[in-house]
Amino acid sequence: MSRTHITCTVNGDPVDFLASDDTSLLDALRDELGLTGAKEGCGTGDCGACSVLIDGRLNCSCLVFAPEAEGSDIVTVEGIADGDRLHPLQQTFLEGAALQCGICTPGVLIAAKALLDENPDPTETEIRYALAGNLCRCTGYDKIIRSVQEAAVRLKGVVR
Amino acid sequence: MTVTEDRPTYKWVGTRPIRHDGYEKVIGKARFAADLNLPGQLHAAYLRSPHGHARIISIDTSTAAGMPGVKAVVTGADFPDLDPTDPNFDVSVNVMARGMALYNGHALAAVAASTRAEAAAAVATIQVEYELLPVILTLDESMADDAPLVNEHNITRFVESDGPSNLATANVLERGDVDAAFAAADLVVEREFDTAFVHQGYIEPHGCVVDVGPNGKADIWASSQGHFMVRSLTAAILGWEPSKIKVTPAEIGGGFGGKTTIYLEPIAARLSQMSGRPVKLVMTREEVLRATGPAPASQSRVKIGASNDGELTAIECWFGYTVGCTNDLAGLIGAMSVASYKFPNLKLEAIGMLTNTPKTAAYRAPSAPQAAFAIESVIDEIAQALDMDPIDLRLKNAVVEGDPTAMGMPHPRIGFVECLEALRDSDHYRSPVPDGAARGIGSGFWFNIGEQSSATVNLNEDGTATVITGSPDIGGSRTSMALMAAEELGIDVYSITPVVADTESVGFTDVTEGSRATFSTGMAVVNACRELIEELRARAAKILGVEQDAVTWVDGTAVADGHDPLPLAAITAKAKSTGGPLTVTASLNAGGAGPSFAVHCCDLTVDEETGQVTILRYTATQDAGTAIHPSYVEGQMQGGTVQGIGWALNEEYVFDDEGSMENASFLDYRIPVASDLPMIDTIVIEVPNPAHPYGVRGVGETGIVPPMATIANAIARATSTRMTSLPMSPPKILAALDTP
Amino acid sequence: MRYVAPTTVDEARSLLAEHPGSQVFAGATDLVPQIRAGRPAPLVLVDLKRIDRLMTVTHEDGQWRIGAATPASDLTRNSDFTAMFPGLSEGMGLIGSDQIQNRSSLGGNLVNASPAADSVPSMIANAVQAVIATGDGTRTVPVAEIATGPGRTSLADGEFIIEFTVADPPAGTSDAYLRMIPRTEMDIAIVGSAVRLTVDGDIVTDANVVLGAVAPTAVTVPDAVAALIGATINAGLIDDSVMNTLADAASAACNPIDDKRGTVTYRRQVAGVLTRRAAAIAAGRAQNGA
Repeated sequence: MSRTHITCTVNGDPVDFLASDDTSLLDALRDELGLTGAKEGCGTGDCGACSVLIDGRLNCSCLVFAPEAEGSDIVTVEGIADGDRLHPLQQTFLEGAALQCGICTPGVLIAAKALLDENPDPTETEIRYALAGNLCRCTGYDKIIRSVQEAAVRLKGVVR
Repeated sequence: MTVTEDRPTYKWVGTRPIRHDGYEKVIGKARFAADLNLPGQLHAAYLRSPHGHARIISIDTSTAAGMPGVKAVVTGADFPDLDPTDPNFDVSVNVMARGMALYNGHALAAVAASTRAEAAAAVATIQVEYELLPVILTLDESMADDAPLVNEHNITRFVESDGPSNLATANVLERGDVDAAFAAADLVVEREFDTAFVHQGYIEPHGCVVDVGPNGKADIWASSQGHFMVRSLTAAILGWEPSKIKVTPAEIGGGFGGKTTIYLEPIAARLSQMSGRPVKLVMTREEVLRATGPAPASQSRVKIGASNDGELTAIECWFGYTVGCTNDLAGLIGAMSVASYKFPNLKLEAIGMLTNTPKTAAYRAPSAPQAAFAIESVIDEIAQALDMDPIDLRLKNAVVEGDPTAMGMPHPRIGFVECLEALRDSDHYRSPVPDGAARGIGSGFWFNIGEQSSATVNLNEDGTATVITGSPDIGGSRTSMALMAAEELGIDVYSITPVVADTESVGFTDVTEGSRATFSTGMAVVNACRELIEELRARAAKILGVEQDAVTWVDGTAVADGHDPLPLAAITAKAKSTGGPLTVTASLNAGGAGPSFAVHCCDLTVDEETGQVTILRYTATQDAGTAIHPSYVEGQMQGGTVQGIGWALNEEYVFDDEGSMENASFLDYRIPVASDLPMIDTIVIEVPNPAHPYGVRGVGETGIVPPMATIANAIARATSTRMTSLPMSPPKILAALDTP
Repeated sequence: MRYVAPTTVDEARSLLAEHPGSQVFAGATDLVPQIRAGRPAPLVLVDLKRIDRLMTVTHEDGQWRIGAATPASDLTRNSDFTAMFPGLSEGMGLIGSDQIQNRSSLGGNLVNASPAADSVPSMIANAVQAVIATGDGTRTVPVAEIATGPGRTSLADGEFIIEFTVADPPAGTSDAYLRMIPRTEMDIAIVGSAVRLTVDGDIVTDANVVLGAVAPTAVTVPDAVAALIGATINAGLIDDSVMNTLADAASAACNPIDDKRGTVTYRRQVAGVLTRRAAAIAAGRAQNGA
């Protein structure tokens, strides 16, 4: 079985890996690059646990074939902190108890980051619809939403 | 918000520190079952029955065994056959069929190969000869006089029987004289209800990595609510000694009861043993839905009698649970879960019947949600008929300490009344129902359990502590352990490292279920700390040259008159010279678990042209005893509530006539999404449980019990139509509204 | 399975001709679930997203050209487009989550040929045309002629959609799309209703009503159109009797099935309800110069 050589950027670093053409980007990230932050919850794009940013856009990596990643810029949960400084979303999620088992958390963080990157001042409804593609079974979403709201407040307060 | 009885002021208990395992989880480093990869590992895939019920005449795996990349193939023939009376027989048959496919999705064979694709390709070549058998899918089919047997090995439990049948359990509880009471009642309401199979819906599929060495020692890495259970069940199913099996608990991505049993580990272990390689076995979402335990479906009849002034005098219930392809205790527990009201006259009958559907598993307060849906709905009808406020009606009849449960034992100290009052006085309940909306109330409770736990507390040389337990952390419990240890030892909660250790590194601990972790494992932690403090006092006495009796432990410091206080770190620094390492293990079989009651309130609208329900506002009150970490108590309440909302509105298994699940994906098995919901406001009630050093009551399960009736009651008040069938999906609501 | 990513339409044509059994894709949002469900993967998967023309949206001389592989979110973020075609944008924007929105495309939604495709009713109601790459040229057909049944299209082997074209709507025209799903997001439509109206003062002068998820392919409702044309709008509201006729016509036009998502009865009933509501919204938008 022949595999394709794929070169792209992941979390700011140039990387390359081999994958058969029908491998999902999710499996490539997890198995070839050892980035197990993105999770498989369903494999069919219905749960969002595999969410990553591709060229700045939120995607389910389980629906992307690995060769599609050629030349693209991918961000996973492992890449949203700034060195040892957590992204405000990561910080508010911890303070706000927005995770219980934590399996959906990487995907939710990526989706929330995608939202706040584009809409720094979302309403509660906008947050809920932006996260509608991320299933959580533990929290009932309440503390997740509140943590995203708090992160938005903190991000707006950052002196640039 | 929290409503608290008088209790001590705690320094750490009741605070909201960031959980100790939180950082790894938000940076993607936390390792769940599927995140481990071992060198040389194989991937495994299953052959699953496409038939709802069939005798397996033959399985030919010879082609599969020779396929590229294949290193091992197993069928039921590769596992010992346990005696049908063995308590683990049912699980052993469920993890790999023995001559009979009992449901569509039942595991028939498994292949381990170098890649998942190779394993799947090999599975596709396995030839099976089936003799198709009748498929039983409903309660009525299972109960019919001439019903074929779902499972030829099923013997009804706890009662005499003539031989195999489809009856799992039958339970009757009675007190007083219901017939006389109904005759004398001013008002009698009787209704029938039904609910569908629903799945726990954990986002992480089951997974494990198992490495069996040439010496027969198995190393298991698994997602589970109880790794000691994984060890013992794997040992039993394989016929191996438990001491040859080590289980390390991965972080677990949700369980809710569904991971209190096993599916994968014995299969992966056998494949690993046969191939000499580690085997990684992870379920797909489709497999999770087609082949792991849902909560039972149910039918029920509830009849309640009341006086005109709202005294609930009699209740008569019949509950029928369909429990899947093997015996299950749902029927037994279902009856017992009627215990919120005084009901001087009571007759509860509950049965469990087998069906050719996946073996059911626990799902938060197993069997109580189905019963509460029915009972709380009828109580609401009575409130409506009597024109009585639904909270007042419940207050008038609510059990208090000393009142009998359905089994007859008296309730210990409980907080049902406190929850009712808190909801009655809440901002939500006091605010007017919004225009066009309606409000529903519902309540529920769960017994909670104690069971066995062990804890080891090690004091490190610098005065910090490591608290080692064996309770997989499914909701933040390890930080609660640290909080209780911090309170006992008097040191900062961040000076404590809570660890969930493997089966070789901590004493036996029962499964994290029954809302027992913070209660029972917490007690073990507290006991270990208290014993440690005794030792610390002795060491301090040595250091200070005083009698041990002269030393007290205050705020992490040994205090003796006439001496400077000796902080913990000063004592640990001298551990070697004062007697050696400072470490204590405590274990117990905990009794005294305190029930946790909850009362919920929901405002919603019903679009009467489409049947769609929109939840506008939701408040959950629940008695936590003492909320060790309030954020995670609130989280349990909110999570259970939203699972109940899904159960109420949209979740159900859809089977075709042959028993194949038609909606085995998250697309069509519809759990709530963020945009479906408002904030879930919580009011934590704290009526301390006298049996726990900090008054803890388990809170993990109760939250799922009230929502279905809460929502049905609001819909009844919005539309004057009483929904008695779950889920209350838009087509069903519209059909009910259109029915005169 | 092999993956190829042509960068021109011609290159794509050659690849498809060279490899019978190959399949084009853009978002794969249904392809991947189908393959996981056991459908055999195509031998060659042709990614259309590296062809600029298929990923570009242009607006010139009163005509829109929408590359067939353009992600839905590109369209829904185009404020000129959403202003002119709010209903089509709604339909596009309702396909799944934000993750799905960044992948799903008008082309994919159409040729996947699910009876419940959310963008198709509005595309038909707005007379969108599909420009198809044939073996050696192109042909243009109305979108309504593409899907022929669940999972089946009129495209010949080797053909694929390059782009969609739609004219700016005349003055006083707007549209709306509503769908019924049990949750608020993430579900496949149980019923979808697209209504486009042209209003001159208080009178409806032109209309289009198309239903989705209630038949093997999207259904136009001529009786509903007839009811609407000539109807008066009073204080923003269409006359009740017109609305009732509209709803009845929509219900009658359904040819639905019972499945795990909805029943025949339910689909018929809700088709009427949603069509009434979509017409009201479209009327409001058309009158207010949306």
